[in-house]
Amino acid sequence: MSTEYLTDGIDLVAVLLLGLGIKGLSKVRSARGANQLAAVAMGLAVLGLLIQIRPGPMAWLWIAAGTAAGGLAGVITALRVPMTAMPEVVALFNGCGGLASLLVAVGVALFDSEGANMVALVSIAISVFVGAITFTGSIVAMAKLQGWLSTPAWTQSSLRHVVNISLAVAALVGAVLLPGDPSGLPLWLLVISSSLLGVGVTLPIGGADMPVVISLLNSYSGVAAAAAGFVVGSQLLIVAGAMVGAAGLILTQVMCTAMNRSLLSVLFGGALGASAASGGGGAGGETGYSRITSCSPEECAMALEQAERVVFVPGYGLAVAQAQHALRELAKLLENHGVEVSYAIHPVAGRMPGHMNVLLAEADVPYEQLLEMDTINPEFPRTDVVIVLGANDVVNPDAKSDPTSPLYGMPVLEVDQARQVFVVKRSLGAGYSGISNALFERPQTAMVFGDAKAVLNGLLSELRSMGVGKVKVGV
Amino acid sequence: MSALSQALWVLLLGSLLGLELIGKVPPTLHTPLMSGANAISGITVLASLTLIQKAGDNQALLLIGALSLGFALFNVVGGFLITDRMLAMFRRKGDN
Repeated sequence: MSTEYLTDGIDLVAVLLLGLGIKGLSKVRSARGANQLAAVAMGLAVLGLLIQIRPGPMAWLWIAAGTAAGGLAGVITALRVPMTAMPEVVALFNGCGGLASLLVAVGVALFDSEGANMVALVSIAISVFVGAITFTGSIVAMAKLQGWLSTPAWTQSSLRHVVNISLAVAALVGAVLLPGDPSGLPLWLLVISSSLLGVGVTLPIGGADMPVVISLLNSYSGVAAAAAGFVVGSQLLIVAGAMVGAAGLILTQVMCTAMNRSLLSVLFGGALGASAASGGGGAGGETGYSRITSCSPEECAMALEQAERVVFVPGYGLAVAQAQHALRELAKLLENHGVEVSYAIHPVAGRMPGHMNVLLAEADVPYEQLLEMDTINPEFPRTDVVIVLGANDVVNPDAKSDPTSPLYGMPVLEVDQARQVFVVKRSLGAGYSGISNALFERPQTAMVFGDAKAVLNGLLSELRSMGVGKVKVGV
Repeated sequence: MSALSQALWVLLLGSLLGLELIGKVPPTLHTPLMSGANAISGITVLASLTLIQKAGDNQALLLIGALSLGFALFNVVGGFLITDRMLAMFRRKGDN
């Protein structure tokens, strides 16, 4: 009896700490501590459960095996993956969480369903359904972000709705028939059709919207965990899963707002820009531009040397080229020359909201120089030089002025207000969303073609050969 | 039936709590918050452990339980560590 009080107490503390953890994660100052708090809470929850169930020697053996394999793989993945691949890794982790809930439900259905009541059977069905969608959806999201999967043409037609609705109906049939024969055919129908449904709903969504999808799938994995809680009868699991599910939904909504996309159009509207790419303009995106000015790093360096105020707009291209450190060096050189330097961070710069902040922080860029969109936009008219590094859609002026653009309405960085704009880009290829950019044709814009890192290093050596940075220029 | 209604109450209150916990999130924290919440969703480890315990000497069920424990722990351990790695970078500004 006394152990029951003990484990109940541990559970309550764990729930409290988990709640505080989620809350703390939404503020910059408390975020790191909150994450550690949530980790401690998780440890407590496991400890409490182990005290409560007292596993036998055989169970301990399997627990040790699972813990060693999963824990080790988690540590290695988390420590070795580059920061640029963050969204993919979160998707992978999330998918595995969904798979775990799926496996628990399948295990119970197959081997432990004799005495199961209706509640348990319904919970199993929900857990399998949501777990499978989370698993395959997350894996597809990861593969698309990695570039392993493209968006097949059929997924952009209404055919996909037919396919997905059929799969959903098949899953529903499986779920309804499940209580009659928990370990038989209905279970597999449910598993397979839910898994395919996860693929079917994620595959049509374009890469630019993937962060929203991952966030939504993260919410699903909370729901799957709560359903698994009903299956095994754990209130702690139910409350924690419900919290993550609800908080994930709010976060998804917040992210949609930041990207000016509605959740419904993300889920059912098809890939952003897919229609533009297939409609007008060349599919390759190389054509369609007529008034492009390109320039060499020398010319760009000369403009920088004379500037008083420079703003860098970093995008995912910068991260891919691993050029954050070169950028930081260039900024330092300009600062020593008396130039006012700042960085304009679009809410969705990189491939996930906040991704770019992480990458620049890694390169020791001072936090105060990272300016958010609302702060920096009024500053562009008094900016001499803007250098866009591997960003594209987030600086597209069409989003403000062209109602026919698929980007119309998305908040963008108004770099076209600046006196001079240099766009560092590998080629004129279309952006992540596949939409051409009117900025490139503006009279004050010049393209500097090349890899971001190579161009930045070129700029550095040009500026150094001009003697910039050696003598501090007083004004 | 009382166990069920109790569980449903827990579900309801947990959901309401989750809705209230996050109000305004600065864009900077979207990625870490998603990653941290994702780690918490790996709490399915509890279900995996319970399953292993219930399995007795059913080898197939033990295997399924251990597999699901492995995947869930991968999510938990990896999720918390990578979130910490991200957030550690924000912390550096305070050192200067």
